[in-house]
Amino acid sequence: MPRVQPRPLKKEDLKKNAAAMKRLFRFLFSHFGFHLIVVAVCIVISVLANTRGTLFLQTLIDDYIQPMIGSKDPDYLPLALAIGKMAAIYGAGILAMLAQNLIMARVTQGTLDLLRRAMFDHMEGLPIRYFDTHPHGDIMSLYTNDIDTLRQMVSQSLPQFLNSLITIVTVLICMIRLSLPLTFVTLFMVFVMMTATKKIAGRSGKYYMAQQKDIASVNSHIEEMMNGQKVIKVFNHEPQSVKEFLARNDRLFDSAYHANKYANVLAPVNAQLGNASFVLSAVIGGLLAIFTGNLSLGALASFLNFNRSFTMPINQVSQQLNFIVMAMAGADRIFTLLDEKQEPDDGYVTLVNATVDENGEVTEVEERTGTWAWKHYHKADNTTTYKLQEGQVVYDGVDFGYNEDKQVLFDISLQAQPGQKIAFVGATGAGKTTIINLINRFYDIEDGKIRIDGINVNKIKKADLRRSMGLVLQDTHLFTGTVADNIRFGKLDASDEEVRKAAKLANADGFIRRLPQGYDTMLTGNGTNLSQGQRQLLAIARAAIYDPPVLVLDEATSSIDTRTEKLVQEGLDALMKGRTSFVIAHRLSTIRNADCIMVMDQGRIIESGNHDDLMAQRGKYYQLYTGKVVNA
Amino acid sequence: MIKTLLAEVKQYKKASFLTPAFMLLEVIVEMLIPRLMARIVDDGIGKGSMQAILINGAAMLALALGGLFAGFMGGKYGALASAGLAKNLREAMFKRIQTFSFENIDHFSTASLVTRMTTDVTTLQNAYQIVLRMGMRAPASLVVAMIMAFSISPRLALIYLAVVFILGGALFLVAYSVHKIFEKIFREYDNMNENVQENVTGIRVVKAYVREAYERSGFAKTSMELMKKFLHAESILALNGPMMLFSAYGSMMLISWFGAHMIIQNELTTGNLMSLMTYCMNILMSLMMLSMAFVLITMSSASIERISAVLTEEPTITNPAEPVTTVRDGSICFDHVSFSYDGNSKEHVLTDINFAIRSGEMIGIIGSTGSAKTSLVNLISRLYDVSEGTIYVGGRDVREYDLVTLRDEVSHVLQKNVLFSGTIYENLRWGDPDATEAECRRACRLACADEFIERFPEGYETYIEQGGTNVSGGQRQRLCIARALLKKPKILILDDSTSAVDTATDAKIRKAFREEIPETTKLIIAQRIASVQDADRIIVMDEGRISGIGTHAQLMESNEIYRDVYESQTGGGSGDFDEAKMSVEQPLGEEAKHGLYRKGGA
Repeated sequence: MPRVQPRPLKKEDLKKNAAAMKRLFRFLFSHFGFHLIVVAVCIVISVLANTRGTLFLQTLIDDYIQPMIGSKDPDYLPLALAIGKMAAIYGAGILAMLAQNLIMARVTQGTLDLLRRAMFDHMEGLPIRYFDTHPHGDIMSLYTNDIDTLRQMVSQSLPQFLNSLITIVTVLICMIRLSLPLTFVTLFMVFVMMTATKKIAGRSGKYYMAQQKDIASVNSHIEEMMNGQKVIKVFNHEPQSVKEFLARNDRLFDSAYHANKYANVLAPVNAQLGNASFVLSAVIGGLLAIFTGNLSLGALASFLNFNRSFTMPINQVSQQLNFIVMAMAGADRIFTLLDEKQEPDDGYVTLVNATVDENGEVTEVEERTGTWAWKHYHKADNTTTYKLQEGQVVYDGVDFGYNEDKQVLFDISLQAQPGQKIAFVGATGAGKTTIINLINRFYDIEDGKIRIDGINVNKIKKADLRRSMGLVLQDTHLFTGTVADNIRFGKLDASDEEVRKAAKLANADGFIRRLPQGYDTMLTGNGTNLSQGQRQLLAIARAAIYDPPVLVLDEATSSIDTRTEKLVQEGLDALMKGRTSFVIAHRLSTIRNADCIMVMDQGRIIESGNHDDLMAQRGKYYQLYTGKVVNA
Repeated sequence: MIKTLLAEVKQYKKASFLTPAFMLLEVIVEMLIPRLMARIVDDGIGKGSMQAILINGAAMLALALGGLFAGFMGGKYGALASAGLAKNLREAMFKRIQTFSFENIDHFSTASLVTRMTTDVTTLQNAYQIVLRMGMRAPASLVVAMIMAFSISPRLALIYLAVVFILGGALFLVAYSVHKIFEKIFREYDNMNENVQENVTGIRVVKAYVREAYERSGFAKTSMELMKKFLHAESILALNGPMMLFSAYGSMMLISWFGAHMIIQNELTTGNLMSLMTYCMNILMSLMMLSMAFVLITMSSASIERISAVLTEEPTITNPAEPVTTVRDGSICFDHVSFSYDGNSKEHVLTDINFAIRSGEMIGIIGSTGSAKTSLVNLISRLYDVSEGTIYVGGRDVREYDLVTLRDEVSHVLQKNVLFSGTIYENLRWGDPDATEAECRRACRLACADEFIERFPEGYETYIEQGGTNVSGGQRQRLCIARALLKKPKILILDDSTSAVDTATDAKIRKAFREEIPETTKLIIAQRIASVQDADRIIVMDEGRISGIGTHAQLMESNEIYRDVYESQTGGGSGDFDEAKMSVEQPLGEEAKHGLYRKGGA
């Protein structure tokens, strides 16, 4: 078996994690400060009650039982009273613990809820780029695995820690009062225990790190092989795939075994060191009691009890160490998400309801008119102008790259007049999708300008910019909810009548009505109960109810069979009427009647014009359309 | 169900038995130590005998050493047994999945197989370790402590017995009712996961429709619902500690009262009183552990079910008892073949298919989406089995062949094709592990892949990323064809395998097939009519039936569907734009690479 060389714990990792932990505590205190103070008080009460209980044993033996031994007619009343008093103290301890548990549950769940929502709120504001560059599984794991590590930590480790700390302090005080020399003996043994803990926990920590890495390695192999399982079968490649798996599986076993072994050993080591501490205290205490006589029998008995209570919390804290390390890493990942830079939105031009009078004068109004205008405040001369929203789009020398070292679009210029249909054709990777992703500022351009109705899109508030264009993608994304909810996604306050109208426009009304519950049919898992074509029709209805002046269709019909496609195409045609549309498609019929066709190649527009122009040019488009190679 | 999983303990049986044995030893040591402590107090301190303290102290240290040894071994074997079981389970599942047929694979989603082999196994590993370590320790410690208590004073120990029953019942009730709530919590978790996933994968739609605020309020509701359920469960769990404390304090007070009476009447020593108190804590702690273990085990029951579902899934396609290991030639014959994916379904995907292909023929297959072209060819190498009728390859029923032989002779380039992480050579050698570099190059030349591979700086040693994301779609398809060619099969099936390759190259590949591997039967599924036009014969599929078979000229004459498709693609009516023709092959653009993560939601 290959021996795993564990990756050494990196100092900067620990530092980062510790910083995250600090931040988590600040978060806890700012939201649940009062709760935590009450919890601390409760812990103090229950620890005191518990300590008082340990002391009670001494009083019981020294003050009540010893004097009565040999007495012919023992008076049990004082004993009964003492026990009664203890019952009251214990009762308080029990109630304090109950209160502590209930409040901690609130604090824990409240914190998790707040963090989850903070993460989600923040996530919704992150740029598309974030989602491109982070595996979706990782993002989702923040909400489950990482949050769960915090649950363990806040609900168990934190109170345990507080409890142990308070216990240690109170017990230490009691011990010092009973016997200073014995306290030193105990403290020495505690030092030994802590050293042992540090050693062992360090070992197991290293292997835990190795285990994380080996898990990732096994995971990625499983994932790749499961995805290619059918290819494996076709090539009879099963034995090789198993062989590679076994090697990785063995490595994981090795690190998991060692990590768990050291973690398991910690408890018995500390427990036995605790016993050694007891014996040492007993021997030295015995010597003191017998030879110096300044230690009573009851006091020594009590001290030995304290000795146990002192080592126990240290033991318990060391048990929590792994949880704390894991929670620190989890907190770090959560805060990393919360620190991600949000999509910048410094636009100030907004979209408002408007009316137009006979002179073409645009006035802003409160109520919904169906007419929209861009409200543009000019700082220079402190005036506000209104520009009717018509859907004219202009690209002017636009350059763009997803990252600095690779430019994807080069000097793109185009003009779309209101109501025009612009089509893009070109190979995968030519930059078609990239171009249309820039209009609504999913990505920001490096050079050049994009204007809508003559206004630079950078000046427009993002929400208002996006409000003015509808998007239908090849992969439809539907959300859990009813069919009507999904259409209403485009306009939250839409009436049932409006929903139906939009569905009719998109040719979706027919199939929706045939669904078991019609418009109230629940959709789950991205609408798995619908066909691809039906999902696409819903996406079109969603765009229809949004009623935008600009429409963007990215391969909206490409994964649909020919019969359904006709239906979808009709829906799209109805939707495109009177709107500026940007269309990516490779069906000829969709493209041919476009007002302008852009032929793209390697990030540049190499030809443009309407179908007839391009055919006359006898260039690339002609070649594509006819399949004939032109000798240039 | 649990039996299936326990069968995988195998070589870790010894560790699995030794763990509880050592835990038992540790418990006994732990129980004996309080007795020695009592002696130190009574005989040593009480009577002022330093000798007694030293003797008992030494004995206690010796016991502590024994306890350390037992604890160490118990911890070690516990880790070994649980990590070992996890390893064996992953291995068993992985091997099991390798025997799955396509039907079995369809049954489980890829994402769920991955979770089953990772998360679920980890959950089970932890549960197993707890059962081994606590399952014996807690009850043993309970029993031993009880015996010790009885041996000191049966009358006082009765108090413990009563407490154990009352507290045990109460803890069980708590664990049980919490378990019910936790089931609901898991469902709520699924909801939340789905909510997050929808937003992560659909973020473009959310942003395009400016629905961030709406989605936020939706998520807030889900998150709060989860919090409520958790709070409910935790409020019940919050009773555990106080109940324990109540029992502990209660019995301590009872023992103080009755114990005091007994000491005064000389029936009990003070040291024994102290020991009794220690046992009291031992008993209650083990009860607590038992209830915790109970909660944990019930929580892992879902994982147990999911793992055993994989392990007990029967492969639907297996080798025959006496398999035939040679295939005579590449002839194929379909004899009244019908097929449905769901064996019992009346609704057939393929209905009554009959045709015969001679060895070495080149056959084109064409038809609209959903006309069952892929289903048809999948039956030849037994990726699925027919529902009715028989398929003959080389004159024998395909079900008589050894599966490895059959699939080596029938080389299938799947529609949804995958390259694996590794160099180009490594990927090519999937087809033939012993292929020389020259053979690999030849296959690439046939598949027209040599031109672009040689342009790569590292040529055939170029490293392909997982899923083949660093080569373009057309390049990937050609590599997959080359890989299939290396098998030197008698039958080669291309399922829409050149859709991203430009027409000229496409034609070149077919020409190479014709000239260089004339013996091999070639089945080519395509969308483009140009890809099948020059085949020996063409099969036209329509809704699971054969609409016509014949040469291009014959079909143009007799088959309406074929004519329609031909006209729509060449006449410029409503065909597809041939994207592949549009540009010279180039590495996949950034936008496609960025799209890589979009699919990985689950």
